[in-house]
Order: sequence, then structure tokens, then C-alpha cells
Amino acid sequence: MKIHEYQAKELFRKYNIPVPDGGVAESPEEAAEEAMKLGGFPVVVKAQIHAGGRGKGGGVKLASSREEVEQLAKDIIGMNLVTHQTGPEGRRVKAVLVEQGLNIDKELYLSVIPDRETASIVIMASEAGGMDIEAVAEDTPEKIVRVHVDPLAGIQPYHCREAAFGLNLPYPVMKHFNPMLTRLYKLFTDYDCSLAEINPLVITKEETVVALDAKINFDDNALFRHKDILEYRDLDEEDPLEVEASKYNLNYINMDGNVGNMVNGAGLAMATMDIIKLAGAEPANFLDVGGGASSEMVENGFRIILSDEKVKGVLINIFGGILRCDILAKGVVEAAEKTGIRVPVVVRMEGTNVEEGRRILNESGLNLITASDLKDAAQKVAEIVK
Amino acid sequence: MSVFVNKDTKLLVQGITGREGGFHTAQCAAYGTNVVAGVTPGKGGQDVDGIPVFNTVKTAVKETGADCSMVFVPPAFAADAIMESVDAGIELIVAITEGIPVMDMLMVKNFMEGSGSRLIGPNCPGIITPGESKIGIMPGHIHEPGGPVGVVSRSGTLTYEVVHQLTQKGMGQTTCIGIGGDPVNGTSFIDCLDAFQNDPDTRAIVMVGEIGGNAEEEAAAFISDNVTKPVVGFIAGLTAPPGRRMGHAGAIISGSSGTAQGKIAAMKEGGIHICEDLGSLGDICADVFSK
Repeated sequence: MKIHEYQAKELFRKYNIPVPDGGVAESPEEAAEEAMKLGGFPVVVKAQIHAGGRGKGGGVKLASSREEVEQLAKDIIGMNLVTHQTGPEGRRVKAVLVEQGLNIDKELYLSVIPDRETASIVIMASEAGGMDIEAVAEDTPEKIVRVHVDPLAGIQPYHCREAAFGLNLPYPVMKHFNPMLTRLYKLFTDYDCSLAEINPLVITKEETVVALDAKINFDDNALFRHKDILEYRDLDEEDPLEVEASKYNLNYINMDGNVGNMVNGAGLAMATMDIIKLAGAEPANFLDVGGGASSEMVENGFRIILSDEKVKGVLINIFGGILRCDILAKGVVEAAEKTGIRVPVVVRMEGTNVEEGRRILNESGLNLITASDLKDAAQKVAEIVK
Repeated sequence: MSVFVNKDTKLLVQGITGREGGFHTAQCAAYGTNVVAGVTPGKGGQDVDGIPVFNTVKTAVKETGADCSMVFVPPAFAADAIMESVDAGIELIVAITEGIPVMDMLMVKNFMEGSGSRLIGPNCPGIITPGESKIGIMPGHIHEPGGPVGVVSRSGTLTYEVVHQLTQKGMGQTTCIGIGGDPVNGTSFIDCLDAFQNDPDTRAIVMVGEIGGNAEEEAAAFISDNVTKPVVGFIAGLTAPPGRRMGHAGAIISGSSGTAQGKIAAMKEGGIHICEDLGSLGDICADVFSK
């Protein structure tokens, strides 16, 4: 799960990680008020959306008067901000963060992430701050310092020293940096983060460290033990069909094509999308109804696919294991009876209780196209949407 | 022969009294798996279809000699259950549970270092040696005993699809292993490939990967240096958009790493026969393995 910068900074404050003074505003008037609470100008007005590259997209601006803050907030709130991470459709901005400007001496990069290959937690730091870190990793990998932390022992002072010396920090800055990094690591592990990133982390002319930006992502699997984080969820930042699917515990991702598909199991769902493409069509979604889906889940999944207007044909591919074919068939029939089927549907079923499943579909009177195997199914659905 | 499990494997089920645990325990027993015990804290002394239930893994091992555990415990308590089995000296732990937090698995993985236990999964369908022992949630009837193919996969139902095609083409399986779709897991592709290479009855290997991480790339390098048996590979996720988690927690493309294209290139480089069309996997295996 992703959260906004201002929310991540609230967590930083809780962990005593220095951030600029500031406040969030949903209107130009509120923005001006927030600006006046700060110690003076300049202030920074930052668009709050769940995507990086906001500065380049025109969502981060400097203001030197109350009037300017109000004008900038007016421009930014409600704008459709397009960055390299939002896709061409962009994201509508609902709020801005108004922050005190700082005397910046140097910009650094700092992040904490889990490392799947070594089963450790990695601190990544770089003197190339404020830049796209993936580009830095690609072009100048020597500029990135990596420090691996054993998750059982946790962060030790030497880890901080390795990062600090790797960043060539002067001693007075190190005195602030090292405890800050320890607290960032603690936040990361306390909250089951999948990413905690500060880009840039600035060294001020006063030789302190301040998190100018803040990005935190959370492990969805661990949200059950962080109810406070769930309150940060912003449904406006998510695809409406994906939000609907998440209510029923369905793994759904909206895509650009016109072949809707419903599959049990994530791997088979990906492979089904691939085979649709191979047959010359484009998938409209990824939908894994899961191993243990009930007929209600199947019904909701099918309804969500059919509510997507770009869908011109549907492929249902089920390999019955835990999810039995008869359960799947019942869900499809119920959904069809409730919402009607407005596009051709190709069904391919195999595995547990397949005979019973086929019987239910055949006797339903629904106009379904059956496929003998996966290849046949993909070709039939691709032919339909041509 | 087979790898990791056979007819002598003595299975214990953690979470046997749960709905899923109970259902699949019965399925495994019906397939012929030797299920000797169940563990549910607080329900020691009861039995499930004649299988004795114990409060702790240690007592279950002491009383029954169980050497393998299948974990059906809910995600919040699964790491604890796995570590309990490690501590009780269980040789093989098969964790079916989906949705274990990454931080918990980081702990488990480091906890297991130096222990004698092997973990398969989590978030996996399990492992089956057809005709001998089924430890997991896969439909047993699609498998064909006797080999000669060993199957290793990060997926569940996609593996069933692969196995189904193999069986239809008359190619049986020695052992099929689902290593799971999580970013941090136990047994790796390389562990399984190594075991298949050393198993005389396995004469060919199918490896099924997907986007995310670099396990397939590492496996390809291992195959190139160590595996003399023919390997057919399939990678799911060619059409997956970057930055999105495709159902499996581990299936995510980050930046330019973890893509299907990169994995396929590395696997071709390692001498693996790549199947790009899942619908033709059975045919491709029949062709490659007959040479």
C-alpha cells in the first residue's frame, strides 16, 4: 500500500526524523494559512499524489509571498498531474503540502528495502540525491552504497557508520545522520514497510539533516497488524474497479486491452494474459480469483470484468484444484443471471469436478463458447474481438 | 526414485483442525500419503479422522516419528509455526499458507540458517511424488507416476496446467515441486535442479518461472554449469505492467529488473529450451525430451 508524502512525514515526526515545518491544505485559502504559520518565505508548495516525478510534472513550486502561495495552490489543486509514474492519463491533485524552504548545502539519497536474494534488509545511500535512483543504479552504480542488515540482530552503529562514511559526511553531520538512520530502520521494521525512501535527504548549511521528501510503501500482507496505517489509504488514488475487486479479496489489475479474463491462480492468470496476446489480442485485466474462491467471489469477479466498458470478449480459464469447476460454473451462472452477459464468453475448464461444471454451464441456457484447451480458448476469444 | 518426499515420508499437519487444513489432510491421506499426526495448540488429545492431534510439534515428533510438516496455519501465525517445526528437527517443512508478511519470512529464513530443515514455500501448492506421497493442495489425479520428468515451479495452478499437459502426452513425473510465489521463500529453483540432476529416475526437467526477482537468472547460470539433463522452461508475465504486484507477492517488475524478457534471454543463454506458448508446452516437451 502507498501513502502520501504528508502522511509519511507524519510518521517521520513520530520517529523523530527531521522534516521541514509545514502542513497540508485542500484549498488555496488553507494553503495561504499554512504558509503564514511558517517562519517566513520562501515556502514550497507540493502536489500530493501517489507518484514520483512531481517536480518535473509541474507539481512542486517555490513561493515568496502569501499571494503567490494562494495562486500556486489554485493552479495545482484540481490539476491533472502527469509524471513518468502516472501514465499519460495523470492523477488529479486533491491537496498540497506547504513547507518551509531550507538552506540546502547538499542533497543525498537514502532508502531502506528488504532484499529477497539475501534475506536481509538493505540500506541504500548515495551522494547522487534528488535524482531518479534507478537511473543512478544503471549509469553510475559505484555511487550507491549498500549496507546489509541481519533482520534478527537489527541495525547496529557500524551499519550507520558504513553508510555515513560511504556518503563522505563530515563529522558534525554524522552526529545527526547516524541516529536518524537508526530511527528510520526502526520505523521500517515496526511498520512492515516494503520501502522507506528519502530523496532527497538534505544537509543544510547549518549542518543538520532533513528529509525533504518522504515515500513509504507497506507490505499489504502485514496490514492486518497496522490498523493505523489503513486509515491512510486514499481510494481516489486507486483504480475504481480495483477498489471494487479488493472488497471481495480479488486480485484485479485493470489494463488497456479488450479481452477480459478470469483465472484461478496468479501464475496461470499471467500466463493466460500472455497467451491472449500471443493469439493476437490484448488483455483488459489481470484477475486471479484465488485458489479457494467461493461462487460469490467468482460472481463478483465476473461482474467486475463485465462492468469494464472496453471489454469486448471474455475468457474464463479455470484449472480446478481447490477451486472446483462446479463452484466456478455456479458463480458464472449466477452473475450472468443477475447482470446479463453483453459480450461473448469463452470458457475453458479442467481439473476437479470438471464434468459437473460443464453440465451446469450446458444446462444454464447461457450462450457460452466452450474451448477444448488453452490454445483453442485463446484463439477463439482473439477471433471474437478482432 | 524421487526427490525430497517418497512413500516413507511421515507427515504431520500444522493447523489440521482448520477448514482448509482438515480438507486437504483428508485429500493427502486418500492419495496414499502417510499422515501420522496433526498439531493444533489446545486441541492435543483429539483426533481428526483417526489422526492423533498434539499440542506441540515436539510432542508429535516424539510420539509419531513425523519427519515432514505441512503448514496450514493462518498468515499471522505461520512464521511461528514454521520455526516451531525447525526447532523440533523436522526435515522437510511445506508451507502452504499465502500472505505471510515479508518481515516474518526474513526472520524465518535467517532463523533456519544452519538448521537441518528444508522449507518449501510459503504460498505454494506443495510437493508430490506421484503414486507415493502428496504433500499439498494439488489435484492428485492429474499426475502420472514413474517419471521421467521433474517439475519445479513458482506457481500453483500454472503447474497443474503444465503437469496436465505432460500427463496427456504420456510423460509421467518423478516429483513436482511448487516453490511458491513469495519474494522470500525456502527451497530455491537451484536446490530443486540440483536434486533432479542427482536423481537417476529424473531424465528431464520442466522449470516454470514468472516475473519478479532474479531466481530464474541464477537458475539458468546453474543449469549451464551443472545440469546435463534437458530442461524446458516457461516464464509467465510477458504482458505484466511494471511496478504492479501480479497476485503473487513476489511477482513484480521493479525498474528494468525482473522482466519476463530478461529471464527468457538468460534461460536461453543457459541452454534451456524456452516454451513461449503455454498451449504448446506438452508438445515441446515431447519433442525435446525424445531426443
